[in-house]
Amino acid sequence: MAMRPCSEADLAECVRSAASPLRIAGGGTRAIGVTAGEVLETGGLSGVSLYEPGALTLVAGAGTPLAEVEAVLAGEGQRLAFEVPDLRALLGRTGVSTLGGVVAANASGPRRVQVGACRDSLLGVRFVDGRGDVIKSGGRVMKNVTGYDLVKLMAGSRGTLGVLSEVSFKVQARPGAEATLCAEFALAPGVAAMGRALGSPYDVSGAAWVGGEVRVRVEGMAGSVAYRSAALAAVLGNEVRVVTGAQSAALWREVRDVGPLGGLDGPLWRVSVKPSDAPALVEGLEAAVMLDWGGGLVWICGPGDVRARVAALGGHATLMRGEGVVFPPESAAVARLSAGLRARFDPRGILNAGLMG
Amino acid sequence: MDMPIPNAAILGGKARIVARLAAVLPADAVISDPAETRAYECDALAAYRCAPLAVVLPRTTAEVAAALRVCHELRVPVVPRGSGTSLAGGAMPTADCVVLGISRMTAVLDTDYPNRFVRVQAGRTNLAVTGAVEGEGFFYAPDPSSQLACAIAGNIAMNSGGAHCLKYGVTTNNLLGVTLVQMDGTVVEFGGPWADAGGLDLLGLVCGSEGQLGVVTEATLRILPKPEGARPVLIGFDSSEVAGACVSDIIKAGILPVAIEFMDRLLIEVCEDFAKAGYPDCEALLIIEVEGSDAEIDEQLAAIIGIARRHNPVEVRESRSEAEAKRIWLGRKSAFSAIGRLSDYMCLDGTIPVSALPLVLRRIGELGAEHGLRVGNVFHAGDGNMHPLILYDANKPGDLEICEALGAAILKLCVEVGGCLTGEHGVGIEKRDLMGVQFSGPDMEAQMRVKDVFDPGWLLNPAKVFPLEISAGRRAG
Ligand SMILES: Cc1cc2nc3c(=O)[nH]c(=O)nc-3n(C[C@H](O)[C@H](O)[C@H](O)COP(=O)(O)OP(=O)(O)OC[C@H]3O[C@@H](n4cnc5c(N)ncnc54)[C@H](O)[C@@H]3O)c2cc1C
Repeated sequence: MAMRPCSEADLAECVRSAASPLRIAGGGTRAIGVTAGEVLETGGLSGVSLYEPGALTLVAGAGTPLAEVEAVLAGEGQRLAFEVPDLRALLGRTGVSTLGGVVAANASGPRRVQVGACRDSLLGVRFVDGRGDVIKSGGRVMKNVTGYDLVKLMAGSRGTLGVLSEVSFKVQARPGAEATLCAEFALAPGVAAMGRALGSPYDVSGAAWVGGEVRVRVEGMAGSVAYRSAALAAVLGNEVRVVTGAQSAALWREVRDVGPLGGLDGPLWRVSVKPSDAPALVEGLEAAVMLDWGGGLVWICGPGDVRARVAALGGHATLMRGEGVVFPPESAAVARLSAGLRARFDPRGILNAGLMG
Repeated sequence: MDMPIPNAAILGGKARIVARLAAVLPADAVISDPAETRAYECDALAAYRCAPLAVVLPRTTAEVAAALRVCHELRVPVVPRGSGTSLAGGAMPTADCVVLGISRMTAVLDTDYPNRFVRVQAGRTNLAVTGAVEGEGFFYAPDPSSQLACAIAGNIAMNSGGAHCLKYGVTTNNLLGVTLVQMDGTVVEFGGPWADAGGLDLLGLVCGSEGQLGVVTEATLRILPKPEGARPVLIGFDSSEVAGACVSDIIKAGILPVAIEFMDRLLIEVCEDFAKAGYPDCEALLIIEVEGSDAEIDEQLAAIIGIARRHNPVEVRESRSEAEAKRIWLGRKSAFSAIGRLSDYMCLDGTIPVSALPLVLRRIGELGAEHGLRVGNVFHAGDGNMHPLILYDANKPGDLEICEALGAAILKLCVEVGGCLTGEHGVGIEKRDLMGVQFSGPDMEAQMRVKDVFDPGWLLNPAKVFPLEISAGRRAG
């Protein structure tokens, strides 16, 4: 039987009294890697507790469904800026994505090139550490340097340092208009073209390479979007097709959710490299490839010595699906610090034990 | 302001400590003559001063590691120092410490325009980072007003903000990687020119850790293409509340100015007196700047002015030229000098939810009256980062203490309404003893455990950030 606390105090009690390891489960839509233990579900910690559209802030329980938050925000013409990927189709999962899972995975979509990752929109967290203590860091204001930034530490920690109970976000107003420029490019020239677009003053909010096509997005007020689309067409330099509105949005949902690699078999890699290294990374691989973040994020599905290539170029490769070590290797000094933090936050080693190292 | 009693054994062992440092560093990198160490006795929180035991000024990561290994072995506390512009006493020494200054580490190590990053030694000043890339049309976005002087290392330690962070974020959002030397001399790399590391976000943890986890010697920074242009509009109101409501409406409308600056009547008058910028005679004014091409700027300003008009402004002044833009900024940019000419002042740094602006401004006025001191307000309104300036007379016995009490009351107010003690200046010694207002025992314990991991002996900048009584056991360790 899974445990399903309904309040932060319940959650603290569950962790405090746990006699054996716990496996923390949000919606189960983006978990990777292996850990064993009694299941601790966060779904009972649900609901938006504060939403101030005029201050661009939202606070909610970690078990709140992402879809519920997105609907509340849409009601005021707002959204989470970092474009949360929905990897259910890609990873063959069902379930309901929760905010806590989004944070624990630092899940970030195409707009990362402009507004940063999930962790850059995250203003505050509350969590229960492995001792069962309730801890908070950050808050609900835009600028906050009071004490250490445990908010960043918790983002992407995948439940290994604490169980999130509440998260607060800076949100973003939906722009009036968006447009995507699509142009045919082979991979290496495509990376160069995206680099030119991102190096231009035209405030690009997405740059991806999908199936032989570069896609570059701009968002904002209508006049400005029209102006920048025209300017970027010249920057890209190939014949350009401009897609706007809902059609543009659909193109970016596909990129966000790694649609082109859905339904394929084989190992699935998510790799961060310097954008200019993306062509060398995939050169000669017999695998399906999609690029986001101007080439800085490379999705690879298929066989290949991906980790060895990343080790040579610099960067990080995470094995999202397949046989092998899931998380990227760390230097000895970094591994020692990470292990030290886990030992301090979770001295009994009961939170998603062994998941990250 | 209490500081720990200096360790007598360290004070007495000065000659030996200096000799050991001199043995591993170039001759000109160790300073121990009291006439020279005095130059390091304070940072920009100049009310508190204490010359250190010695100062080291290394030029490389290897020299930093060598100096730290010696101090680690001899158990001598180390206070890292960039340019000494901290307003929180973050770089203030203790008598028994070695100040490790990185002002000689200023080199640009790599500029990569296709991948949009620059790697520098961390003693390089903020403005000189932009200076290194602006020839190619790029800039480094976080721009604290102290950018001519402050070092990237200090920016990283404090997670500094700037006038344009409403659009571009603060230091942590623009930092890609660091080289960090731990207290025992271990050199570690966090992050790098790629977007995501795989494991725990140690880079994010180091940013804002106030020199307590390690010494940052190199940094990889995101650089951005410069916008085509920028122009401000100035809008005056007959009440602070209305100005606050206007800010909220602009943000809600989805317009993203690069800056929304707020000044109240006291500041408007003082700045006008000083800079003659032609500011209107009113209760509150906003300076809102937007970026883009000329047409884009016009489009955004028209939307902003449309919203402002609904709030019956007493004046709306658009800038049509570079000269007019400069004039609008002139008063705001001289705010601190203008106040400084008038009076001693203390600059606070609390952040509040934007929605609490009217309430907080009113309460600050009341608290000032109760304490018998004047408070002016000039701040980044878009993100709620207040900078109340408390005017006092340093020569009047007791005035500094009243000013500090008023400051504490204002910061408590910020926390009460859902905000925090410091938005960009850091805790240092200045807000150290107020940490308990914002954090519970377990909250602070969790933070101190992080320091235990990086610096088990608590030798790096140990008397900062955490109230002395709660860090006492660890510092003695
Ligand atoms: C006139 C004025 C205007 C200012 N305006 C702003 C502003 O707009 N926004 C803002 O955010 N701040 C502002 N500040 C505050 C200050 O400039 C910033 O905090 C700045 O980042 C400090 O940099 P520094 O190099 O002077 O650091 P220092 O003052 O030397 O040190 C600051 C902290 O960094 C640590 N540190 C220094 N070097 C290292 C290192 N190598 N490794 C690890 N830790 C280190 C120190 O121990 C200390 O805790 C202003 C200050 C002044 C005087």
